[in-house]
Amino acid sequence: MSEWTSADMMNVAAARELHDGDVCLVGVGPPNLAANLARRTHAPGCRLVYESGAIDARPKKLPLSIGDDDLAATATAVVSVPEMFNFWVGAGRIDVGFLGAAQIDRYGNINTTVIGDHDNPKVRLPGAGGAPEIAAAAGRVIVIVKQSPRTFVERVDFVSSVGYGPTGRERMARGAGPTLVITDHGVLEPDPETNELTLTRLHQGVTVQQAVKATGWPLKVADDIEDVPPPSDEELTALQKLRNREAVDA
Amino acid sequence: MTSPVPLADAIAAHVHDGDTVALEGFTHLIPFAAAHEIARQGRRHLTLVRMTPDLVYDQLIGLGCADELVFSYGGNPGVGSLHRLRDAVENHWPHRLTVHEHSHAGLANAYSAGAARLPFAVLRGYHGTDLEEQRDIISRVTCPFTGEELAAVKAVNPDVTIIHAQLADRDGNVMLWGITGVQREAVLAAERAIVTVEEVVDEFPERTGAVILPNWVLAAVSVVPNGAWPSYAAGYSVRDNDFYQQWDAISRDRERFLAWAEENGLAPDSVGGPVEPKESTHV
Repeated sequence: MSEWTSADMMNVAAARELHDGDVCLVGVGPPNLAANLARRTHAPGCRLVYESGAIDARPKKLPLSIGDDDLAATATAVVSVPEMFNFWVGAGRIDVGFLGAAQIDRYGNINTTVIGDHDNPKVRLPGAGGAPEIAAAAGRVIVIVKQSPRTFVERVDFVSSVGYGPTGRERMARGAGPTLVITDHGVLEPDPETNELTLTRLHQGVTVQQAVKATGWPLKVADDIEDVPPPSDEELTALQKLRNREAVDA
Repeated sequence: MTSPVPLADAIAAHVHDGDTVALEGFTHLIPFAAAHEIARQGRRHLTLVRMTPDLVYDQLIGLGCADELVFSYGGNPGVGSLHRLRDAVENHWPHRLTVHEHSHAGLANAYSAGAARLPFAVLRGYHGTDLEEQRDIISRVTCPFTGEELAAVKAVNPDVTIIHAQLADRDGNVMLWGITGVQREAVLAAERAIVTVEEVVDEFPERTGAVILPNWVLAAVSVVPNGAWPSYAAGYSVRDNDFYQQWDAISRDRERFLAWAEENGLAPDSVGGPVEPKESTHV
């Protein structure tokens, strides 16, 4: 067994949630890595859609941006950005949306806009991007984010993308919302009754105590915690090739 | 508009202090050369509109050209922050920048409404987000047929939109392909449109999915080979990902950024007049 890091595990765990036939909207960062990893391992038939307009993109190497030429060149169709958001995302044609977060609360509400006050922020973050409508309209949303008390907060400073709303009961949107939050510690899933994010799985070598400490609210823990299988050699090799931006015939 | 004009003339004629300016191109075909010309000519008090401000607006903001920014994602894709944008918002350097934040869906629809000369666009979006608090640009309407409550975004109509394209023909019609983003909408939403192109050809090639803009919706066309660098033009260049990564260090520090601007003939003119265009500027 090769060595791996908690970041590797997070990306591998996210990739495993994609299946052949899933239509997946991919954003920059870890989602991009996870979706391309899925295509190169167990789910070669998963369809990658990039908000730049590339539908069924088959990038030969990991794109640095979501608008790399390789995406358009390998796509079945390239559509305009208004068409992407109106006819594809908004119309509910996306099965899985991967999102990141600078802050997330216990009901899966996401902040990517500011830390601090909106008009006089301590940190100006990149902003909403495609996320608000992906969060609302995708069949299910998978959030990939490293777990720390700075990120997993009692209250987000700004709601850029809605999860289940301020008390977990205000979601009024087409899709099922953030059904999985995959971190470097494990996996959180919304409680079926209250939608409160609950620790349900742990990565190898991580304790419940560590996950609780990495959360800025009193983390709810499931009665039966599942162990996430560690990354396989095949997954690690594919991940390494992606990170090195090695080209493969895709 | 039929024959190409020098870029400096196009910017001088059509981009004025205080204008609302959209430089569009979604990662691909970003009109960097035109932005640098705007900086060189010392334009001030602009309201910059762009879905992804990218390095191109990080540069204009750092050079003090902008008072306001309308955008939907202000990061350096795959790299991190736009440090000049952050410095302007967080520390008001070189001065305060007022920001109006949309989602991609919202701003794309605002351009579409602008192109249709409608006052607003309708979408199913923003619900439950704090972005909705910007009531001057985002509101809600009730569908007159079903009663469904939907998001409304105010139309965006720039004074001038600038894009980069692969080709113009001898009549000044323009053709672009690959990822064409929101350029058609941004051009048609604007009062005036300027296009920089890689080259002029006698006749356009056959191309699936190409966008063609007739010459009579354009105010000026300028021939600027590699005018999208460090972005790219499919069929002509590849994205300079290394420069996007280097920008993180260049832009992080004010002095280093100003030195970069100086080296490339983009530094703000300290005596207040416009900077003369330089013949051999390769940014």
